[in-house]
Amino acid sequence: MAARKITLPLTEELAKTLHAGDEVLVSGTIYTSRDAGHKRMCESLAKGEPIPFDPKDATIYYVGPTPAMPGKVIGSAGPTTSGRMDAYAPTMMSVGARGMIGKGARLPEVIDAMKKYSGVYFGAIGGAGALLAKCIKSAELIAFEDLGAEALRKLYVEDMPLVVIIDSEGNNLYEIGRQNYLDSVNK
Amino acid sequence: MREVNVSVLTDTVEKLCIEANYHLPEDVKCAIKNCRACEDGEIAKGVLDNIIENFDIADAENVPICQDTGMACVFLEIGQDVHLVGGDLTDAINEGVRRGYTNGYLRKSVVKDPVRRGNTGDNTPAMIYTEIVPGEQIKVTVGPKGFGSENMSQIRMFKPSHGIEGIKNFILEAVETAGPNPCPPMVVGVGIGGTFDKAALLAKKALMRPLDSQNPDPYYADLEKEMLEKINKLGIGPQGFGGKTTAIGLNIETLPTHIAGMPCAININCHVTRHKSEVI
Repeated sequence: MAARKITLPLTEELAKTLHAGDEVLVSGTIYTSRDAGHKRMCESLAKGEPIPFDPKDATIYYVGPTPAMPGKVIGSAGPTTSGRMDAYAPTMMSVGARGMIGKGARLPEVIDAMKKYSGVYFGAIGGAGALLAKCIKSAELIAFEDLGAEALRKLYVEDMPLVVIIDSEGNNLYEIGRQNYLDSVNK
Repeated sequence: MREVNVSVLTDTVEKLCIEANYHLPEDVKCAIKNCRACEDGEIAKGVLDNIIENFDIADAENVPICQDTGMACVFLEIGQDVHLVGGDLTDAINEGVRRGYTNGYLRKSVVKDPVRRGNTGDNTPAMIYTEIVPGEQIKVTVGPKGFGSENMSQIRMFKPSHGIEGIKNFILEAVETAGPNPCPPMVVGVGIGGTFDKAALLAKKALMRPLDSQNPDPYYADLEKEMLEKINKLGIGPQGFGGKTTAIGLNIETLPTHIAGMPCAININCHVTRHKSEVI
């Protein structure tokens, strides 16, 4: 199956056309954040303060890249384990940040929030940081510089190869893909 | 008695930190390629193709294979006829890590306190494991360990009555619980015996052993083969998207233990199982 090209921002309309198991090539602006950045953003939101980017229809990439070598936009940049952001993801979706890019399982409350806010969870290949860095055409540090690798960056990506793991209806490739494989073996 | 200046260890550790993070060992590459040849599913094949392309890029361009360049686990086998001079050994190793992670553009992923956090900024301190062995050489192994997989590791203190079945079930349970989180296809290191802490160390050492090697005891060599086959019937597959390749290797290391116990530790690693050694 050929991968479908999609362009961000991730509107509700676009989100609803994406289904678990779809291979996509994503282009557009995304924001990087991990545990420490999410904690700060959620603390700001709880106090009614703004976060460093407009969350409406935004997509967050759970990544802490290696430092950029001279002449490079960014270092290796594969996904980190998404489960550590589960405590913050429903809050981020509640203010409009609909897309998440990471790897690994999500809690039921995150999936419930995805159904409520039409969220989409994309998987990037964990451990393929050198390959994924090639899709990142620009990187700009916009906040939390003190967090080092965990600082908040605005990235522009082109044809980033992702797979829809969990769609806005709650369908989950981790369950479907495994079941399909086991069914094919037990036929 | 041979004198070795600790500055030699600093230089060696710096070099090994960089090389281990840029170049995947040949046995690991080979295991991934063999698994790719056996996969049928489109998504599984696509994932493994991307993983192969990724380590090829890292090799060709001298860049980190993965952005989690790990905690620097440094194993030292120090010959008992070596006299280390020129400074503190621990400081020398940490200086090597500091230089390697800075000069190699590797990510600094270490916090100075487990609860209060705070990045140390240079990926120190290293996790140092020293062993005194016969001879007058020093073998240095650097194994950068990522935490997506480290977090999925487990240890259990079995009763002897649980027997081999208890251990087999525990291995499958640990892999099942890890699921898609540790970036499968994974490598599974199993340590059985010793004490609570030694079992964990054995599991980590098992991850440093080449994937095309076997435990020298045929009983455990058979167990390695059996458990790898069973893990790959779970269907988790590359990245957890379903498929044959959930693990590319499983190594077991053992030690004698107490009459009352049977400790078992399982250290999970990802497909970026890195280690590089040099003998001084």
